[in-house]
Amino acid sequence: MTKNPLPPAKNKDGAPDVWQDLRSLTRARIGLGRSGNAQRTTDVLTFQAAHAQARDAVHTPLDVQAMLEELNGISCLCVRSRAADRSTYLRRPDLGRRLAPESQAFLQKGEWDVVFVAADGLSSIATQKGAIPLFRAMLARLKGWRIAPLVIATQGRVALGDEIASALGARMVVMMIGERPGLSVADSMGVYLTYAPYVGCPDSARNCLSNIHQHGLPTSVAADKLAWLMQEAMHLKLTGVGLKDAAPDSSLPEHSLPSIEKDPHA
Amino acid sequence: MGFQYSLGGERYVFDDLKALMAAASPLRSGDELAGLSATSDAQRIAARYALADVPLDLFVRTELIPYEADDVTRLIMDTHDTAAFAPFASMTVGDLRDWLLSHEATPAALTAAAPGFTPEMAAAVSKIMRNQDLMSAARKMRVVTRFRNTIGLEGCLASRLQPNHPTDDLKGIAASTLDGLLYGMGDAVIGINPATDSVANGLALLDMLDHARRRYDIPTQTCVLTHVTNTLEIMNKGGAVDLVFQSIAGTQKANEGFGVTLGILKEAHEAALSLKRGTVGDNVMYFETGQGAALSAEAHHGLDQQTVEARAYAVARAFRPLLVNTVVGFIGPEYLYDGKQIIRAGLEDHFCAKLLGVPMGCDACYTNHAEADQDDMDNLMVLLGAAGITFLIGVPGADDIMLNYQSLSFHDILTLRSMLNLRPAPEFAAWLEQMGLFDAHSGRMRELAPHQTRLAQLVG
Repeated sequence: MTKNPLPPAKNKDGAPDVWQDLRSLTRARIGLGRSGNAQRTTDVLTFQAAHAQARDAVHTPLDVQAMLEELNGISCLCVRSRAADRSTYLRRPDLGRRLAPESQAFLQKGEWDVVFVAADGLSSIATQKGAIPLFRAMLARLKGWRIAPLVIATQGRVALGDEIASALGARMVVMMIGERPGLSVADSMGVYLTYAPYVGCPDSARNCLSNIHQHGLPTSVAADKLAWLMQEAMHLKLTGVGLKDAAPDSSLPEHSLPSIEKDPHA
Repeated sequence: MGFQYSLGGERYVFDDLKALMAAASPLRSGDELAGLSATSDAQRIAARYALADVPLDLFVRTELIPYEADDVTRLIMDTHDTAAFAPFASMTVGDLRDWLLSHEATPAALTAAAPGFTPEMAAAVSKIMRNQDLMSAARKMRVVTRFRNTIGLEGCLASRLQPNHPTDDLKGIAASTLDGLLYGMGDAVIGINPATDSVANGLALLDMLDHARRRYDIPTQTCVLTHVTNTLEIMNKGGAVDLVFQSIAGTQKANEGFGVTLGILKEAHEAALSLKRGTVGDNVMYFETGQGAALSAEAHHGLDQQTVEARAYAVARAFRPLLVNTVVGFIGPEYLYDGKQIIRAGLEDHFCAKLLGVPMGCDACYTNHAEADQDDMDNLMVLLGAAGITFLIGVPGADDIMLNYQSLSFHDILTLRSMLNLRPAPEFAAWLEQMGLFDAHSGRMRELAPHQTRLAQLVG
């Protein structure tokens, strides 16, 4: 145990909190203390507050209008998936992976190297905070690329980007999407890069950067990694396992492939 | 072969046994997603009437997934114990429900019958059982397993201590382990889900756990829940492997999706047995399962998610596991939408596994996009405790900071043991008392700070 130069913290009863040093080793809720066998009131309420934030991140609609204002004239397109509402979205991941018919009709084929998509996913708050800053950072790093207008998608899953890219004629798609919120982080964004995407494209053909949020992977670092992945994808004409294997160890975070078992339908 | 039943002046027709079982299943989002659910409540009950009349021997004669195409079907058919099944050969599914709930179905009779039942029979009868039936029948089924302690005795509730950490920090994991031990957790296993699934990392984690276990002479087993092929390599390198872990499912294709075959499991089972690390027994396998796994791998062959889940228990029982648990709410709302569906599924999984002779525990859990909260987990843990669940999983404060989902807290399991008068595994209970952590006089775990115990040095 490390020596703590500060006087020990006191708990409610005025006794020293001997767990303080241990808590520096993990964010896990250790050393909570007990009321009989149960958790104390403050811990029960702290937990409920965190759960409430996570649920709100799932159920709050993406504020598309605010994103348009933030883009301040940068061209963008708004689409939605076939999942009509949040309840349908949660039960039917298949519908969240396909464009609504009117959105299909709305997208026109062009000649693009890449399309960026900002989708709500399971945390609209993450997308609201993180997508446009990352998009701007990428614009600054991708000089000479033919970049399609930003697509803002609601009730979207990762694979929705495949259909969007096909419809627009983009060679690759970058899907920026809210990750399933946890109790400690409700605003974490994931980014999925797919080369030559098509409807029904397997997850093994994607590369992923996850955990992008204020206390996780910073936007500038994520942008550098993504730019590297995109250059390599353009060069190798592929993404997924083949690209990950080609990466030098330091260029990718540990979880650069979609983690199938943990979150199969992000 | 079709089935039909008339109810309320309407005639309901079911194309085959698969369709009948799916329609009879209590409502859940995964079956709706797969397009297998009953189309109305009345159709669901008509299906239950028809299913109750199905003779049990039809399940022996019917391959829901073809024998040639699926090694789990072959395992089920080839290992079916016809002598154990003989007393039930002329029963229907409805008769079996009545027998299971009868006083004739004693613990000894149920143990003797287990090899005669197939997963499909277990799934079928569960579909016509209410929650209380699933509980009262399962409560009579004892499955006792051993490694360094004895799991599954009557009056006992074991626990897995799950000290996960997002970067596998050894001291962080040790701190969570210390916390759990102070609540009397960890008799089923001290088991880490690694954030990084590699051989080198698995070796380091196992070494830390094994060192702590030996230092305090804790009568339990440790495990890093890495892929079975990693565990095989760790054993080859001389790592401290007590239990071989693997996620499994109910079809060959779904298991292939997990990167596992029956052959690999057999190889790992034999390798772990050869280490002879158990002191009171040689149950060396630990499996996790969960409804929806086969559908998410597009490997369900048109079976409803509860029936295909029960088939995973046939895989488990072939390897005499120490522990199996369903990770019931982890998979998300597209398979189990809300607390009601999660609770029902947890009770079904426990009942079906025990009926087949599998030592079933549960990770009573949910994700933040499911319509569930800690009150639902309270309900589920008490129902499972009353049903005689083998073990439950506990994490600090019910918050798994690595896998980002909620399970039970150490407090919850302590509360449950107290409410239902359940004890840890006997060897572990004796150790808690020797260590001064359990007060035999009051029958309570003492509320102690780390430095007040001999465990204080566990976090180096």
